[in-house]
Amino acid sequence: MIYLDNSATTRQYDEVTELMYKMAKENYGNPSSLHAMGFDAGNILFDARKEIEDLMHPGGTVIFTSGGTESDNMALCSTARKLRRRGKRIITTKVEHPAILETCRRLADDGFIVDYLNVDETGYVDPEDIKAALTDDTIMVSVMTVNNEVGTIEPVSLASRAVREYNKAHGTSIVFHTDAVQAFGKIPMDDASFDLVSVSGHKFHGPKGIGFLYMNKDLKLPAFITGGGQENGYRSSTENTPGIAGLGLAARMSHDNLIAKMSRMADVNEYLRNALMTELKDVRLNGPLELGFTLHDHGKRCPTVLNLTFGSTRGEVLLHTLEQERIYVSTGSACSSHKTGDSHVLLAMGLDHKKIEGAIRFSFSEFNTREEMDEVIDKTKAAVNRFRKLGSFR
Amino acid sequence: MNKKLYIVRCGEVALKGMNKPYFERILIERLRKALECYEDAEAKWIDGLMFVRVPDTIPEDDVIAKCVRVFGVASVSPAVEAPKDIDEIGRLAAEMMMKIIEEEGVKTFKVKGKRADKSFAVESPEIGRIVGAIILKTCKVLNVNVHNPDVTLTVDVRREGAYIFRDKIKGFGGLPLGTNGKGLILMSGGIDSPVAAFMMAKRGMSIEAVHFHSYPYTSQRAQKKVEDLVKVLAGYMGTIRMHVINLLPIQEQIVQNCPEDETTLLVRRFMMRIAEQIAIKNKNMMLITGEDLGQVASQTAEALVVTDSVVKMPVMRPLIAMDKVDIMDKAREIGTYDISIQPYEDCCTVFLPKHPVTKPKLERIEKSEEALDVEALVNAAVASEEIIEIRP
Repeated sequence: MIYLDNSATTRQYDEVTELMYKMAKENYGNPSSLHAMGFDAGNILFDARKEIEDLMHPGGTVIFTSGGTESDNMALCSTARKLRRRGKRIITTKVEHPAILETCRRLADDGFIVDYLNVDETGYVDPEDIKAALTDDTIMVSVMTVNNEVGTIEPVSLASRAVREYNKAHGTSIVFHTDAVQAFGKIPMDDASFDLVSVSGHKFHGPKGIGFLYMNKDLKLPAFITGGGQENGYRSSTENTPGIAGLGLAARMSHDNLIAKMSRMADVNEYLRNALMTELKDVRLNGPLELGFTLHDHGKRCPTVLNLTFGSTRGEVLLHTLEQERIYVSTGSACSSHKTGDSHVLLAMGLDHKKIEGAIRFSFSEFNTREEMDEVIDKTKAAVNRFRKLGSFR
Repeated sequence: MNKKLYIVRCGEVALKGMNKPYFERILIERLRKALECYEDAEAKWIDGLMFVRVPDTIPEDDVIAKCVRVFGVASVSPAVEAPKDIDEIGRLAAEMMMKIIEEEGVKTFKVKGKRADKSFAVESPEIGRIVGAIILKTCKVLNVNVHNPDVTLTVDVRREGAYIFRDKIKGFGGLPLGTNGKGLILMSGGIDSPVAAFMMAKRGMSIEAVHFHSYPYTSQRAQKKVEDLVKVLAGYMGTIRMHVINLLPIQEQIVQNCPEDETTLLVRRFMMRIAEQIAIKNKNMMLITGEDLGQVASQTAEALVVTDSVVKMPVMRPLIAMDKVDIMDKAREIGTYDISIQPYEDCCTVFLPKHPVTKPKLERIEKSEEALDVEALVNAAVASEEIIEIRP
């Protein structure tokens, strides 16, 4: 089995699974309980939060949530609620995840005005466009860190700084949010500062159903879920302690030797891309050619993603052909493959229907190897050729 | 344990002549089978009606839903049994009415009397009057309204007892399953074929299914959708056997060797041939399709002639003269519609011609087929079948 759908979800680290199992069996206390079991659970929670806060830019706090989608909802809705009297404008991009786009649509129904910025043919937002879009009635800018479908590293550190400078010059209080679901645990995040960052556990070998929203300490958002006052009142609900412990461990493990892991993924990624683009005709790379390794490499591509269009094929057929060989890839993002219609990201990059139809996303983890890629190359070539042979009769 | 009575009426079975005992026996067997999941449920014929008794702990709606799904059942009524004594009937009817008032807050009523047992001293109109008077005395909030009452109670005095009931919940009618041979339905994931299978089964035909896919040119989700559809049908018919065939090898041959605009028809002809082989092997006497005259290019009159001509077996097309909207309504009624409209395609666009022929000529199609080894392709497809049993 060769798993190349790591942008959809990842295999949990065995250590994480074992820790969660142990938590469920033994440390099942409620952190709110006054007795020793509650105290122990509270300590585990404290340690996990500390672990993650240390991996992020200092001066922030971590709110545990049910995952990336909830973090995005919380970031957008709570900011909009807090600043609704300050202004009505929200700036984002056309290539965000549906968790952002659909939430923006709802906010637009509630009277907010949303600007959706264009991207270039590599899926990159021009930082000058972000600067130019800022106005005095803007309350929030939300730009993803790494695009989930094509891997483009967006200029979030520049954008975040531009927002801060604008605030200083104009006396505004625009909040900068980044959806880092495809970045945290895959690319270093600690050298840039943001007001809000969304992260999801299962994208970096942690558990599903858990994630967090990182929040700058100066930003006091209103409560998102009201109740017993957990998560400092931001998000009430009994803490998912096994999930949080697993998330903390996965965060630490994924960051161990992160740069070395990234270079390995880059090697695997390039190896596959080179072979497929030279040994097959009419293959197009969707996204930037050059790979990037920090947030300052914006405009380059995160080594976790390789999105290719195989001309005159249908991605879904290739996907099912590869699945017969137990090779798992994706066409666009996994969340949207249930829906009919073309990927909004590829559309925003200017691809026509034919090119979108033939697109396949390979997404890597630290566990993928060159040997695996040899098989993927063989099987992909066979699948593409088989399809094209049939198609040539049409 | 107390049991609740349900009176179940049959439709067409009652009109049968010499064969009536046979139909009645099968129908009661089907009804017992449908109620098998309840411990101590019983069903028996008494004077042309089926009396079902089920422990009263089981919700009425569940029992009714089970009964109306049995083909051959015209209607069902939950009923109260009373001794053949007019005062006692009145008392029990009033008690039943009190419960209805508590639950629904009704204001007006009427009572209809029936006397199948002519030895009962009180005549039909009198039954209604006396029972109505007792109810009026007990339930002070009620008034009689003979023209437009909120509730109508029927009192039926029969040979073996008296019965009071209110609603008649309609069944699907038809004939008991298994009284009319066995047919093989060509099941796609669309709206039509499940309805076609249902309609034939409602006339008493046992059903087996065959499904064609072209994996990996179609997805596993497309097949799962078909299994979900068959599962809904199994809710009416019991476990259904489905033969699954991968058509891809045949489609590849057709695409490479035959005219593009004939693709769909050529594929349809192969489906019919394969289905006939499977039908013969499994003792199905006819094929069933969801075709509907003129709905798509492969269902024009000319196209049907072309597809029909490859099989000897009769092909049943119960939807042939229905309008699409009516088929959709029927699909909603039997519970398959929402599954059918899921987006997973059962044919890849590669195999769909851009401008399919709508008035094909048989000779031309046969000529195109000469490029293919039809027999070998059919045999290989039949040999590759997978069989799955789909339980309700």
